[in-house]
Amino acid sequence: MKKKPNTSPPVWLDRILEFYCKSDLLEDLQGDLHEYYYRNLKKGKVRANLIYLLDIIKFFRLYTLRKPQNSVSMNFLHLLSNNLKTSIRSLGRNRLFSSINIIGLSISMSIGILILTYITNLLSYDTFHDKSDQIYRITSSYHNAVSQDKFNVASTSVFIGEKIRESYSGLEHIVTLRNGFQDDIAIKNHALSVGGIYASEEFFDTFSFEMVSGDKSTALQQPNSMVLTQSIATKLFKKTNPIGAIIEGKDKSYTITGVMADIPQNSHLQFEALVSLKTIEHTLQGREKADFYSWSSIWSNYVYITLPEGHDTNALQQKIRQITDAENAQQENHTINLHLESLLDIVPGKELSNQIGPSTAWTAIYQIVLLTLIVVVSACFNYTNLSVARSLRRAKEVGVRKIVGASRWLIFLQFIMEAVIISLFSLAIAYLLALVWKPYFEAIFMDDYPMDMTFTLTHGIYFIGFAIAIGLLAGIAPAMAVSRFQVLSSLMNTGQLKLLKGLNLRRALIILQFALSMMFIIGATISYRQYQYSLNFDLGFNTKNILNIPLKGNDSGLLKNELEQLSEITQISKSKIIPSTGNRSIHGAKFQDPQDSVMVNINYADKNYLPAHEYEFIAGGSFPFDTDQENPKFVVINDFLRKRFFIESPEKAIGQTLTILRRSEAMKLQITGVVTDFQHDRINSKVGPCAIIQGQTRDFEYLNLQVNTSNITKTMDKIEAVWSQFDTIHPFEAQFYDDELQEAYAEHERLFKIFGFLGFLAISIAAMGLLGMAVFTTETRLKEISIRKILGASESNLLLTLSKGFLWMLFIASAIAIPCSYLFFDSMVLEDYANRVTIGAVELLSGAVLVFVLGWLTISWQALLAIRMNPADTLRNE
Amino acid sequence: MKGTNLGEFEEIVLLTIASLTTEAYSVNIVDDIKRLTGRSTKLGVVHSVLSRLEGKGFITSSLGEPTKERGGRRKRFFEVSHTGKIALIKSKEQRDTLWSVIPKTVFQGIQ
Repeated sequence: MKKKPNTSPPVWLDRILEFYCKSDLLEDLQGDLHEYYYRNLKKGKVRANLIYLLDIIKFFRLYTLRKPQNSVSMNFLHLLSNNLKTSIRSLGRNRLFSSINIIGLSISMSIGILILTYITNLLSYDTFHDKSDQIYRITSSYHNAVSQDKFNVASTSVFIGEKIRESYSGLEHIVTLRNGFQDDIAIKNHALSVGGIYASEEFFDTFSFEMVSGDKSTALQQPNSMVLTQSIATKLFKKTNPIGAIIEGKDKSYTITGVMADIPQNSHLQFEALVSLKTIEHTLQGREKADFYSWSSIWSNYVYITLPEGHDTNALQQKIRQITDAENAQQENHTINLHLESLLDIVPGKELSNQIGPSTAWTAIYQIVLLTLIVVVSACFNYTNLSVARSLRRAKEVGVRKIVGASRWLIFLQFIMEAVIISLFSLAIAYLLALVWKPYFEAIFMDDYPMDMTFTLTHGIYFIGFAIAIGLLAGIAPAMAVSRFQVLSSLMNTGQLKLLKGLNLRRALIILQFALSMMFIIGATISYRQYQYSLNFDLGFNTKNILNIPLKGNDSGLLKNELEQLSEITQISKSKIIPSTGNRSIHGAKFQDPQDSVMVNINYADKNYLPAHEYEFIAGGSFPFDTDQENPKFVVINDFLRKRFFIESPEKAIGQTLTILRRSEAMKLQITGVVTDFQHDRINSKVGPCAIIQGQTRDFEYLNLQVNTSNITKTMDKIEAVWSQFDTIHPFEAQFYDDELQEAYAEHERLFKIFGFLGFLAISIAAMGLLGMAVFTTETRLKEISIRKILGASESNLLLTLSKGFLWMLFIASAIAIPCSYLFFDSMVLEDYANRVTIGAVELLSGAVLVFVLGWLTISWQALLAIRMNPADTLRNE
Repeated sequence: MKGTNLGEFEEIVLLTIASLTTEAYSVNIVDDIKRLTGRSTKLGVVHSVLSRLEGKGFITSSLGEPTKERGGRRKRFFEVSHTGKIALIKSKEQRDTLWSVIPKTVFQGIQ
């Protein structure tokens, strides 16, 4: 019975048995099995192995199983529970420090978990499509060599979609979308205004939106087909079956071919209705048609391509480049380059304008994360600072532990765990705080598109992971410091145990905290000033008491006649856009030289418009009369445009002819007046060339009401009553010009709110940290103070001694914060603004002074408490 | 839980251990049962019976010397304990008593 080396069973099979078997049974049991194995080898190695494996499985019985207590991991659990106990005791012993830490951490973590929820939601965008990783969107970058215009847009041309469909075979589906569908649809007497997008046939092949009823494959085949979302369909049809129903739009009728489930919130496509792209295509004629299919009309269409599984984008990219090169060669002034963008890279994605739906750029996310991290890390600093400072108090405990046999690693673990326990505890409070703050958070970040911010289980796991990470971050420095203690010195003379150790680190952290708080406050101040500045800016025309009513397709003349009956309305004018609110319209314009064309900001208005808004005429005046049917005849230009066309004086411009190019038609208009330059766009941009064209009824989109009333609510009710008689479909929406301006600068307000809120948090956290440190230092110096006092030091003298160190830190913090925030706002945030506040001493100093005073109050409060103590009490028990 | 009655298969295992005297370990027991009674048993079954018998106090065990074919592992040798021997004798007596009262005519024609 000689055994060759290779006659034992595979090691991994042995391991299985070793894993589960009781150790006192293992040896002979395994021996028996090996003996059998040895016998079975005659039947072949594979067979033997198999029998061996089966035997191992058969032996998996209750009496062979090892009892879990014996395992090493259970020892660790014991340690854990012991650590938990000591940690909680030590937390309880130091109520002040624990509450400072827990409050600070929970405040900052509540922001953290809101941001985490926000970001996980953003990252989930469009993941619900089955082929989300195979779908690509074509985006365009437009460059005009003459005007130096550069645009990166999410849209592209219908042309490229068609071209790829024809000439590239390696794709599954291609779909073209077009934005801007808006119509009032009606069935029987029930009408509704809906918005949506046009889509070509393969929409449902590309995207996995759910169809409730109707056929996905044919829904968008015919012209005038419409697919409604569930909620719109229910509103319009109540309980009847909508499929096949014909509904009336404003000037065409649609057949309902499908009802789809409501769009998930995390989709970058948001619409109420889908209309077949053929609806537009089959009405196009002549020039319009050529325009629709042209290479350069890249502003309203979106092309999505589905590639097969295991695809490679190179071939497609090559193809696109070929087409691009060929087409660009035919263009004179501009080039268009196309790019492929994965569906999953849309939200969050690159910074592209002209998005089809909600979008958030990565840069915005980075900024938010950075700001949040600053607050969170600041709270971690508190923990680190206070724990390092306090670690001396626990030197004895560490010494005893070490003598009993704890390794350095175990001590480290204990203190890290303490930090993690605190941060997990804070998480519970943070969660409650987050619930309180959620509505405000939603109001700031999600005013355009609502987002689902409910906390789910997955979020819970993220939160716990986040809390543990915070605990580790905060606990690592104190844990290292404590575990390094020498046994002897920690037990013998705790009083002198290198008090200065880590002092520089602590100082640096406090300085950093305060510098950051100051920067937040300064940021908030500057944003607020810019906001106020924008609202009070002299636009060059009057906006007081003007109520703008969007017409929503109603006849401006008829509505005007109705409203004129109201006595509170002194004047009514009509216009296409509301200048200075970011709402713009641009046409090309030519003067005498046919080669020289200028892009001009235009507005269509009636003859009342300019006087009603108190535009200042340098020469001439408004249009002599209003026109209804004929083409416009007159135009008023601003001084900028006059200078641009080299007309020597405003007076000389009157009576001259200006040519305005509106799409395909060239309008010859007579200049009737020149106004001073006014702020046509928001004040972020410079004053540019402007022309106000005499408009026809169909051009107007707003009525501008000059309201003179002492009771605004009553007047508004009256106007609304007129409106609801006039228009039963659209809700009444009117806004005062000044309110509209306020909305146009909402971003400054938002910035102010964000900075202000974060600043508030950062200050609270920093002040609490400072309080903790002040308590600690005054406590350790209590005897020193008493002796000084006995020797005759005055109160103010002592106050200075105690707070000197802290005051220095505050000074350094301001010295860092002021220049940093100045540079940041001057050269980064406000750099592109044509009109902006000058950042002066007031803005910069206010934040610093506020933080400084707060810090100083905190310190002196503690210092005074210590100074006012009776020296006898502190010195007696020596 | 641990009863003191002796099951049929347990009795066979116990008898085999007694017959093997000092050479009784699991593999030998399985082999002997096969050889002497013609019943083929699995190691797992015998093993669990052995652990049950030990639990009931009918057998005692001790570890022997390591051998090569066991990959250097020791054998566990079993011995019938005093209670085990008494249980065996008792069981045999019961059977003998029963056998003695059966009339010869019952087995006529079979033996």
